[in-house]
Amino acid sequence: MSTATRSLPRTIGAHAILLTYTAIALFPVILVIMNSFKSRAGIFGAPLTPPTPKTFDLIGYTTVIGQGDFIHYFQNSLVVTVASLFFVLLFGAMAAFALSEYRFRGNTMMGLYLALGIMIPIRLGTVAILQLMVASGLVNTLTALILVYTAQGLPLAVFILSEFMKQVSDDLKNAGRIDGLSEYTIFFRLVLPLVRPSMATVAVFTMIPIWNDLWFPLILAPSEETKTVTLGAQLFLGQFVTNWNAILAALSLAIMPVLILYVIFSRQLIRGITSGAVK
Amino acid sequence: MAADSRPKRPFRWHIGVFLAPAVLVYTAIMILPLAGTLQLSMFRNIEQSQVFVGLANFRTLFGDPNWSVGFWNALRNNTWFFIIHMLVQNPIGVMLAALLSSPRLRFAAFYRTAIFVPTILSFVIVGFAWKLILSPLWGVAPHLMDFVGLKSLFTPWLGKEQYALTALSLISVWQFVGIPMMLIYAALLSIPEEVIEAAECDGITGLSQFWKIKLPLILPSIGIISILTFVGNFNAFDLIYTAQGALAGPNYSTDILGTFLYRAFFGFQLQVGDPNMGAAIATMMFLIILGGVCVYLFLVQTRLRRYQF
Repeated sequence: MSTATRSLPRTIGAHAILLTYTAIALFPVILVIMNSFKSRAGIFGAPLTPPTPKTFDLIGYTTVIGQGDFIHYFQNSLVVTVASLFFVLLFGAMAAFALSEYRFRGNTMMGLYLALGIMIPIRLGTVAILQLMVASGLVNTLTALILVYTAQGLPLAVFILSEFMKQVSDDLKNAGRIDGLSEYTIFFRLVLPLVRPSMATVAVFTMIPIWNDLWFPLILAPSEETKTVTLGAQLFLGQFVTNWNAILAALSLAIMPVLILYVIFSRQLIRGITSGAVK
Repeated sequence: MAADSRPKRPFRWHIGVFLAPAVLVYTAIMILPLAGTLQLSMFRNIEQSQVFVGLANFRTLFGDPNWSVGFWNALRNNTWFFIIHMLVQNPIGVMLAALLSSPRLRFAAFYRTAIFVPTILSFVIVGFAWKLILSPLWGVAPHLMDFVGLKSLFTPWLGKEQYALTALSLISVWQFVGIPMMLIYAALLSIPEEVIEAAECDGITGLSQFWKIKLPLILPSIGIISILTFVGNFNAFDLIYTAQGALAGPNYSTDILGTFLYRAFFGFQLQVGDPNMGAAIATMMFLIILGGVCVYLFLVQTRLRRYQF
């Protein structure tokens, strides 16, 4: 094609811009991880070079693992994220099924009511949420966080999942009804397995803000017992302002699990976004 | 159809069972506290009991200089924070998406994945990493600027009143540029081939194709991104808190509504926390966000043409 020759400079230009931006996006992450493996002299002497045998040092990591109770914080984060995710997906899918499958009075109103939470952030209710948790004795428990994150994740989950459940064939469900399956069996055995890909999308969307949240752990569960890894890292970093090895190591430890998960699930996440889940 | 022509069925309990857990949790943890917060903003703690004071808390918020200076400052900063996102984050996102969606581009998946990396990191990591990079102690930023001969322009941006907010906004832009990029990318991919081919037959290619054909088609997505940015920005807290602390220094120059709410609610240093004033600020944030959403729903969205393919 004649356009091929003309578009060569344009292709190079596109790659140049994208590469530049990729560098900007990755540079801070790489910089932090790279320097976390260096000695103090290495960090300040040559911050932009990768660790050499001369500057390689794990002192930061030994400090972090010795001082902070990171394994415990990690467990807390994991429990909160997994439990909230489970409830968001289960309750969200059930509600989405009810809204997309049955015609009943108030269906649209219920859908709008549940969609309200997509636009209005749950944070604005913090004052009353704290009072509620104090009254029910749930302050400084992981249950409080799980409840809040479940409520936070539900609106978007219901919205996205009901879009997908509308696409499940009616014939299949009706065939199940003729065979005498109950509505519950139809939902759990027929519909849920069919919408599994969209559940994965919702899971990723729900998981990232929960894992990264600082506001609610800070307010509802700041005790040593219930600290999440984000809050733990925040406090730890505040204490070690002058110990650069420890800070860089702690940051790297916080980055790496998320980064590994992201590399594993990025295909799923990006397919979820680009498949029109949030159009 | 068969289901509709049956005689009237008894109450369908399973609908209730399917809806109940989600509606209960959502109502109890989200809607009621939201309503409770709005209500609390009209009460005040006088002699250990909550007394209804009407709009007095709002009069304090706007009238008492102890509060109003902080509030207007936070609102102004927050608006600037939002403007930077709209002017920098979204255009860059659209540009990256347009480049990524060009046909037969190699390594598109790699770029997409890499550029989205900052978005998945927590504010704590982002805030601290940038604090280290911009720190004059470490010298990475001046060192890098030396490469392009701009070293003389370096100052400790996060520590200077006139630059700190802009610097933080740009850090936030750096983190979230992946979201507009992905959404616009999805919108661009959904434009059918025939439309593009028709444009090419008419000799519209390259940049003019983007401006004349693609941009009008992705306007609804740009609208959605704008409102998402608006809600996210007026609700932001974490980045400022991690990078500058609850006091949003230097001298409150990076204070936004989220940090202002946090200080009012929990207190800091000499000031005692006041849930009622906190609730009043949260109510103002609620009204601002609601206002933005309404403007979007009633003014913007209804005027945007949607094309069905």
